[in-house]
Amino acid sequence: MNTQAINILAHAVAQAQPKAASGDIVVKLTDVRRSFGETPAIDSVSLSVMRGEILGIIGRSGAGKSTLIRCLNGLERPDSGSVQVEGVEITALDERRLQPVRRRIGMVFQHFNLLSAKTVEDNIALPLKIEGQSRAQRRKRVAELLELVGLSDKAKNYPAQLSGGQKQRVGIARALAAKPSLLLSDEATSALDPETTRAILALLKDINRQLGLTILLITHEMEVIRRVADRVIVLDRGRIVEEGPVWQVFANPAADTTKSMLQVLIPELPPVLRERLDPATGDDAVVRVRLSGDAARRPFFAGLAEATGIGVRLLHGGIDTVQDEPVGTLFLGLPARDRAALEKAVQYLNANADHVEVLGYVSGDA
Amino acid sequence: MSQAMLDLLWRSFWETIIMTGFSGLISLVAGLPLALILILTDRGGLAENLWINRSLGAVINGFRSVPFIILLVALIPVTRFIVGTSLGTWASIVPLSIAATPYYARIAEVSLREVDRGLIEAARSMGATRWTIVREVLVPEALPSLVAGFTVTLVTLVGASAMAGAIGAGGLGDLAIRYGYQRFQTEIMLAVVAILIVLVSGVQWIGDRLVERLDHRIVKR
Ligand SMILES: Nc1ncnc2c1ncn2[C@@H]1O[C@H](COP(=O)(O)OP(=O)(O)O)[C@@H](O)[C@H]1O
Ligand SMILES: [Mg+2]
Repeated sequence: MNTQAINILAHAVAQAQPKAASGDIVVKLTDVRRSFGETPAIDSVSLSVMRGEILGIIGRSGAGKSTLIRCLNGLERPDSGSVQVEGVEITALDERRLQPVRRRIGMVFQHFNLLSAKTVEDNIALPLKIEGQSRAQRRKRVAELLELVGLSDKAKNYPAQLSGGQKQRVGIARALAAKPSLLLSDEATSALDPETTRAILALLKDINRQLGLTILLITHEMEVIRRVADRVIVLDRGRIVEEGPVWQVFANPAADTTKSMLQVLIPELPPVLRERLDPATGDDAVVRVRLSGDAARRPFFAGLAEATGIGVRLLHGGIDTVQDEPVGTLFLGLPARDRAALEKAVQYLNANADHVEVLGYVSGDA
Repeated sequence: MSQAMLDLLWRSFWETIIMTGFSGLISLVAGLPLALILILTDRGGLAENLWINRSLGAVINGFRSVPFIILLVALIPVTRFIVGTSLGTWASIVPLSIAATPYYARIAEVSLREVDRGLIEAARSMGATRWTIVREVLVPEALPSLVAGFTVTLVTLVGASAMAGAIGAGGLGDLAIRYGYQRFQTEIMLAVVAILIVLVSGVQWIGDRLVERLDHRIVKR
């Protein structure tokens, strides 16, 4: 990533959009519905996207994510409800009057959707051509963008000659070409391998930080949300079932959909221990503790030992960092012979952690 | 083979080239826009208009269902109106074009329909106008396939031009029928067939090379 290129772009974006007050709303959806036949694809969805934030929308396949994101640039027409982009009610616009609005919104696709007949540079230049920029202007801007996404040496190549990750970089450069105020990403990394996914997500995060670009990102992978999003909305069967800052949703998921989607990222009790678990008695109690934020920053184990005189063992799990906040799930072994002491320890945990659950007891070497 | 015979072959060869070339060109210039109208006005198209779509489709089907030899005769008044005469090589270009245009329109329609909808959607998301989508996405993306389809049309026209002999258009096919078939001059017939094979293979070869050069969807080394 070339910092100078980013600075040039940042400057250009700053000129294009006078720095808005924080808390400025870029997109506002109110009670949006869209059905295909009988079943609603999105059902009374209301949400706002703030300027400069990365909002992640997660849901299983068929949850209505694509339909929702397509409502934002008028590719899909809601049956009812209001969609405002930078204060403009877009449901009221016909196809022709939508065009200038769409030029302010970049879109990145799962399958890249690059034109096979155009070279990389011509693909990136297309939004500029649509805007009516001169050849010289286009060339200059394309060079900046190629540098931003690290593909300056591929300018004359055709998409078929690129790897998946390179194709998506071209897709991102093309989406940014016309200096949009909003970037929509529909499963941009879902066709990529994990390593490439990380690189593309890092690029998006960089662009968001350096250019202050607002990004609405759709995915079915919690890992994607964890890496880049500031705020997350969980969609299930067309409805918003959960919403909040990413680290809080990760620490304390409320909806079942969220919990099951988080399963892949949250540690579980290893099978060796789970098999030996006795529901009633044993030498050690196995306790699952979920921690986040300030609770996870405190000297937790020392506090426990001090308050109860009990030595605790860490059996499994750990603390992760989400959005610079500690979030974790720990499996602890607490001596269970002295029930009164154990009771006190659990009380201490309850007072100092987000969630505590005694899973059972094990005997012998746990 | 006599010098007179060779001259005749040479003249017939050029008549075939003129008939095929001009009617091919006209079918391209007229057929491609028709194909675009069919695609754009279809259900879910960029300028959906089912009335236009169904009407145009019916007219195209109508022309395509009439056997060429009948079209040739039926169009005589039209030909006379346009060219001034209903006989000869130039006159035959009218019925040949009118037969080839709907033919190519259908072939081009298939090519255009095969363009990935995601690409059209991407262009729409950039705020492209319909005309920009046609110019920058639909036609360039379909180009290799449009060229392949045009090659098929040209080869078909080489065959159809033989029938144009019925209105005195001349050409290689006509020569083969008159001398080879009706007068049993097998030598001429074989010569004509050989020339036609070379001509058709040549057209196909050029078409294939062109498609290869235009197609960037596969990696070339
Ligand atoms: N054009 C369409 N026609 C009919 N049904 C559709 C169409 N687009 C989406 N759907 C349906 O709407 C639901 C939501 O689809 P989609 O928004 O693509 O989900 P997601 O992107 O979350 O996988 C699905 O049940 C899908 O079958
Ligand atoms: Mg989708």
